Amino acid sequence: MKLTRRHTLMMAVGSAVAAFMPVRAFAAVEEEIAAFTGGAEVGSDGITLIAPEIAENGNTVPIEVDAPGAEAIIVFAAGNPTPSVATFTFGALAASQSAATRIRLAGTQDVIAIARMPDGSFVQASQEVKVTIGGCGG
Amino acid sequence: MAENVKPRVRVPRDATAGEEITIKTLISHPMESGQRKDGDGNVIPRSIINRFTCTFNGETVIDVTLEPAISTNPYFEFQAIVPETGTFEFTWYDDDGDVYTDSKEITVG
Amino acid sequence: MKTVLRGGIAGVALCAAFAVQADEEANLVVNEEIEITVRTDAPEHLENLSTIYSGWVFRSSETQALQMDDFENPGMIFVDDAIEAWNTVEGSAGESCASCHGAPEEMAGVRAVYPKWNEEAEEVRTIATQVNGCRTERMGAEEWKYDGGDMLNMEALLASVSRGMTIDVAIDGPAQSTWEKGRDIYYTRFGQLDLSCANCHEDNYGNNIRADHLSQGQINGFPTYRLKNAKLNGVQSRFRGCIRDTRAETYSVGAEEMIALELYVASRGNGLSVEGPAVRN
Repeated sequence: MKLTRRHTLMMAVGSAVAAFMPVRAFAAVEEEIAAFTGGAEVGSDGITLIAPEIAENGNTVPIEVDAPGAEAIIVFAAGNPTPSVATFTFGALAASQSAATRIRLAGTQDVIAIARMPDGSFVQASQEVKVTIGGCGG
Repeated sequence: MAENVKPRVRVPRDATAGEEITIKTLISHPMESGQRKDGDGNVIPRSIINRFTCTFNGETVIDVTLEPAISTNPYFEFQAIVPETGTFEFTWYDDDGDVYTDSKEITVG
Repeated sequence: MKTVLRGGIAGVALCAAFAVQADEEANLVVNEEIEITVRTDAPEHLENLSTIYSGWVFRSSETQALQMDDFENPGMIFVDDAIEAWNTVEGSAGESCASCHGAPEEMAGVRAVYPKWNEEAEEVRTIATQVNGCRTERMGAEEWKYDGGDMLNMEALLASVSRGMTIDVAIDGPAQSTWEKGRDIYYTRFGQLDLSCANCHEDNYGNNIRADHLSQGQINGFPTYRLKNAKLNGVQSRFRGCIRDTRAETYSVGAEEMIALELYVASRGNGLSVEGPAVRN
């Protein structure tokens, strides 16, 4: 692509938008969390989220959630255009309230897991995953 | 229907009564997120698997809601209790209405 | 072309980079069964390296894990697809791959020696050109697109049945002139960035290029399933990606130059194991 003045301007606008993105996305995830918890207070004990500190590619990031006794665990990627990632609901024959999967992250951001316990309480774990950008894009 | 969708599951062949086993599932599916654009700048419509369930003899093990942030070729790993000899049923629900299933029998000896 | 001094600097840089590399000592065993050689002495023809490493060594532990179990390796999805194609009759001769070759496992060892001189055709053939040779000459079927989906699936199947076998590509005899041509390309600087393959993959492997950990550019794991595009990637398309990123015009996949380069780069991995379909970032 030739770098014309128009392109440069577009890129400048693009980065300005990008700079504001996290704020907007954060608001979106707050809303979605509230929808899941009904605004209840969220504790932090009894839930584990395992995610890599650095992901080699944001397209396939392995994560694991574990919340003994939980009814359901919801996972958010706070910086994704759509923060919600997955909801795991456990049945009577689940041997543990845990699951592993692979997710997409649009960039470096917090991954958040929230479990709903049978007594109606909620617990949360979160971790920042740094998403690296390939060497020369090859 | 998305092309070449093929479910794969891994379940042990046998177990003892009440044993906790690990189940792995992988289904080939593009999980088109609805965020991407084609060469002409048109948004490629979302087309994902939006739900996955696993049951044993009709009783739920896990029920997962998937969003577009689940990677291409969705993979899940989870644990199940095996109370008796029976069948695990796996079901994936596609945005386009298609349903893909697989099942695995397990013997309690 | 290269100096002892540069080799020395690269060596020092390498040690520094590997110090932060948690998985330097990791070993690869697939399905708790197939032992893969991921580091070994460099073949004699390689003057500037003493040890060769599979690209697997340079990946994060999460990416490495994806290749240790066929169930978790998404590349194996495509192997399953290829088994179907293997058994499917196609073309005017009414033959499938299986009609001549039997089970895919009968092809164990093939991936380890390709690209290879073909006496009849009097040329060096990659597995892809050989497969297309079979399709057009014996089956009376249409050629598959070079590095297209069908071809990569089949290459993944042929690689998978050779996993753990030692790469042993012939570089002498009738293949020698092609091999030398490939070596010349490897050491030629291309593009506006003025980079040769060697600048990154020989002089700087183990170092970071931006946030990415540079490998030796070994191709024993091809075709590879890349997390980046969630599909199988062919080795010549990978070469194209690299050359393009030097801001150069690239050769087409299947071109004479690409085949020569593939032969040469394959020979740099003589001693490593076949590991395709490998998982890379």
